[in-house]
Amino acid sequence: MIQAPGLSLDGIEYAPNHKRILQSVSFDVWPGQCVGILGPNGTGKSTLLRIIAGVLQPSGGTVWLNGRNLQQWSVRERAQQLAFVPQHTNLTFPFRAREVVLMGRTPFLQRWQKERPEDWRIVDEAMTLTDTTHLAERDATTLSGGEMQRVALARALAQQPSFLLLDEPTTNLDLRHQVEILDVITRLARTGVTILAAFHDLNLAATYCSTMILLKNGEVYASGPPLTVLTPQTLGTVFSVEVFLGTNPATGAPYVIPLSTKK
Amino acid sequence: MNGSAETYALSPHSSIARHSGWSLSAGLVLLIFSMVVAVSLGTVSLPFETTGRLLIKGVLQLPVEGTERAQATIIYLIRFPRVLAAVLVGALLALSGVVMQGLFRNPMADAGIIGVSSGGAVGGILAISMGLAASSSLALPCATFAGALLTAFAIYFFTMRGGRTPLTTLLLVGIAFNAMLASLISLILSLAQDYELSQQMFFWLMGGLDGRGWTHVQMVFPFALGGFLLILLLSRDLNVLLLGEETATSLGLNVEVVKRLLLVLSALMAGAAVAVSGIVGFVGLVVPHIVRLIVGPDHRLLLPAAALGGAIFLVWCDLLARTLIPLEEVGLGVVTAFVGGPFFLHLLLREEKRQRGEL
Repeated sequence: MIQAPGLSLDGIEYAPNHKRILQSVSFDVWPGQCVGILGPNGTGKSTLLRIIAGVLQPSGGTVWLNGRNLQQWSVRERAQQLAFVPQHTNLTFPFRAREVVLMGRTPFLQRWQKERPEDWRIVDEAMTLTDTTHLAERDATTLSGGEMQRVALARALAQQPSFLLLDEPTTNLDLRHQVEILDVITRLARTGVTILAAFHDLNLAATYCSTMILLKNGEVYASGPPLTVLTPQTLGTVFSVEVFLGTNPATGAPYVIPLSTKK
Repeated sequence: MNGSAETYALSPHSSIARHSGWSLSAGLVLLIFSMVVAVSLGTVSLPFETTGRLLIKGVLQLPVEGTERAQATIIYLIRFPRVLAAVLVGALLALSGVVMQGLFRNPMADAGIIGVSSGGAVGGILAISMGLAASSSLALPCATFAGALLTAFAIYFFTMRGGRTPLTTLLLVGIAFNAMLASLISLILSLAQDYELSQQMFFWLMGGLDGRGWTHVQMVFPFALGGFLLILLLSRDLNVLLLGEETATSLGLNVEVVKRLLLVLSALMAGAAVAVSGIVGFVGLVVPHIVRLIVGPDHRLLLPAAALGGAIFLVWCDLLARTLIPLEEVGLGVVTAFVGGPFFLHLLLREEKRQRGEL
């Protein structure tokens, strides 16, 4: 049987108030793929994720989710399939971390329905995976940036999504938690979850993503496996830096070392 | 598998499971106790047991013997409806405070502070000055609701920045709206020709429950009950909204629809409270924060608990207002401001510290 791409972008445009942010972005993502979205600041990585998450409406083009136009999904149906972790999660009132994660079960509960035992079980699993179990009873407004980021990821995992969108999931994390979170993500990908994540760190992305999409000024400049995307030529054009390209001795993935800014 | 599921069902995971039962029952008991005390005390004080007996007789529609007739009259016609009005107004103000704080994602949001109550007051005195309030009992609450709603929408569009309202923006916009609406009220008052109507407006604008009776209770009860039930329906949505609009959307919430519903409901409840009591400040600010400390921020518990808390708070404030100085009525707004003002300052300092990262 020929598999269809689970997620397909077809000519996505985003231009609020005639300001062009994304332009004819098209690509396919297959089930179980872990795709890294890369590019300089302000190049539209977060915007692209927000459009796929249904938070922003594109000005043109179509997002296909499981072969169906994203616009035709109800918000609730979409939330049962697709989870999104924005860059920042701020709470105003002192929910406990576990209660935040529990909110990930919202799309599966009726308005008056109390959380079922299986919801609690899923929440506990998600917190174990993200190493947040010890934070469960903490007031989530007092968590550090990295702790909150992991709690937010646990919340998304509690949705048991088929598609997981992450906006810079490792930015606030220390080395150990970066690796742990990315391990969790790759394990999820192996179980068939489609992952799309914006990254700043090219080398982390190269280690963990099977496919990369390199954005430049709101357009796809290059895409494919890390080896074909991360070349001195593309990186020089997109980031305006000269790089030395080596090989990560542990993984064999390309390894980027920036040299100097171009004049 | 089944075994582990049972363990989870029994384990006290959720603060809801732990606290909801007893805290709501305790609140209800405290409310009934407060009401009995408030009905008993006054210019003529009655023993609590007499009050209790007469209230039960009143509820069960039992006949009252001759010696208790006078006391029964005081209770049934004056004190009890006034206490009921305090219960309803307190619950409404606290509920609208909870909703506004969740909606604006701002702990300083309150109908009085941001100007929604003033908007309701403008609607109300327009209805009185045009003689509408005298002709229909629905006119006053409808007018205050309309005024509150218009103001709420205006403030919402002036202050919302990316799904939340910066603290200072909300407070400054509130100052501006309160000042504009207050001068509008002065204008309407100064243009009033009819002496009797302007007396009526002044009396109503003073803010308080003096002279409020069964007509007011009947007028506002449907708004209170309807608003409360609708807002309970949205309690989980309010929780999710606190994670931010992007996350809420990705959790299946129709954010724009929910926000508009919440705005209408909070204005409805604030407007209904203003229709009965005029502007009584700070209840919607103080009560939600105190109740949140006791039962936590989950709106499924917070909303009913805040309704109880607001009712209890206002029953005691009104009791103070009418008994503090014998034979004199201190304004209810004066009492709530004495409690709420310092609390407002405390919150403001705490939020400033939090924003500087010292907390």
